[in-house]
Amino acid sequence: MISRFLERIGCVVRESIASLGFATRAFFNLVGVSPGALRRPALISEQIHFIGNYSLVIIAVSGLFVGMVLGLQGYYTLNQYGAEQKLGQVVALALVRELGPVVTALLFAGRAGTSLTAQIGLMKAGEQLSAMEMMAINPVQRVLAPRFWAGVIAMPVLASVFSAVGVLGGYLVGVQLIGVDEGAFWSQMQAGVDVRADVLNGVIKSVIFGIAVTFTALFQGYQAQPTPEDVSRATTRTVVIASLMVWGLDFVMTALMFNK
Amino acid sequence: MGGSGCGKTTVLRLIGGQLRPQRGEVRVAGEVVHRLDTDGLYRLRRRMGMLFQFGALFTDLSVFDNVAFPLREHTDLPEELIRDLVLMKLNAVGLRNAHRLKPAEISGGMARRVAVARAVALDPELIMYDEPFAGLDPISMGVTANLIRNLNDALGSTSILVSHDVHECFAIADYVYFMSAGKIVAEGTPAELRVSEDPYVKQFVNAAPDGPVPFHYPGKSLAEDLGLGGRK
Repeated sequence: MISRFLERIGCVVRESIASLGFATRAFFNLVGVSPGALRRPALISEQIHFIGNYSLVIIAVSGLFVGMVLGLQGYYTLNQYGAEQKLGQVVALALVRELGPVVTALLFAGRAGTSLTAQIGLMKAGEQLSAMEMMAINPVQRVLAPRFWAGVIAMPVLASVFSAVGVLGGYLVGVQLIGVDEGAFWSQMQAGVDVRADVLNGVIKSVIFGIAVTFTALFQGYQAQPTPEDVSRATTRTVVIASLMVWGLDFVMTALMFNK
Repeated sequence: MGGSGCGKTTVLRLIGGQLRPQRGEVRVAGEVVHRLDTDGLYRLRRRMGMLFQFGALFTDLSVFDNVAFPLREHTDLPEELIRDLVLMKLNAVGLRNAHRLKPAEISGGMARRVAVARAVALDPELIMYDEPFAGLDPISMGVTANLIRNLNDALGSTSILVSHDVHECFAIADYVYFMSAGKIVAEGTPAELRVSEDPYVKQFVNAAPDGPVPFHYPGKSLAEDLGLGGRK
């Protein structure tokens, strides 16, 4: 009984390590063939349009509402200490440091990540990737690498849009609706948000999230069995794994970046 | 030729280097396929063309772009020349006027013909066809069979065709191998095989339900299953 239990644990641990090693090798393989893909910027821009532009509406609308909620909640709390002038700073810091990169990455995983997984999985199921291989064209370089770099480029841009629209949402609620002083809102934001410590770190976070989410989506699609059931399971795995990675990476990066 | 699951497609995948053999070796143009590195394998594959069972067209590209795909990837030809070459290839399969359509807008038979045009876009020395007649109506089947034969003669290439359609294959093939359970069980020209006394060939050619390939999945007998004391 105990030996069986230990066997099962050993099996799970061994499989997990093997999967991690396999994913790591796939990642370096993807990075290794990237110079070839980067020499063809048209392929990458086409994918930026596909995965970036199509995510824009959901990102902008979510950013607006998150900013509005931050404006409301921030005002209720700050008002208790007579510090509602700080609302602009609170909203901006929350967005550029945390909510912008994190929520964008989660939305990106749900919107573009699942779409990428399904696309690659269906290409595999339709033997399109095998056909490409038989044409002496490396599908990792031709199909996966442009999508990967498009995701890495699109993510910080989308996170910036999220944060910018979120600040606008906070302004609409805080200044236009509640009546916080407009000058204080913007000047406190300007004084309290550091380009390097806050904005740049937020951008770095979103680039890392872009790498993690896009690679997860592509890897899951590429590894999916060519059946409708497994492709649908792969899209679910993309959302689950990418979301957990975003939370885990966010904690580690926050601990490293904002530890002063 | 051979029944479903006998290993026909596996042979094609071994020749194309998509599978590695556990034993033995496959030689193409004097080179052992599974010993080649990635660059060597890709160099060899440029001399091959392959038609997949359901065409494997790129669904996000038009018919024209599907055929142009290998030309754009492997050559630096100007776009005007690529256009002319693609239209010539599509003309050969009778679909020049369908070049603007997407794969979703054409029938299965037409998709197969587009895939043939794409497979021969770079004028390969070896063309492999994986079940090119599967799921086609009789007219499309005849058109595809003639097309394969005519293209083969025009290009002067070698074609390996995997199928279980006796009539079409015997009409266009020069030499036929029969496979069963991963082994070659009979071979010969279509004329020789038509009069063959080999039980497997006879069962296959005459589409007999029982014979060397049993109708029943191997296992317990019906009597045993019903508890009547019978033997296997």
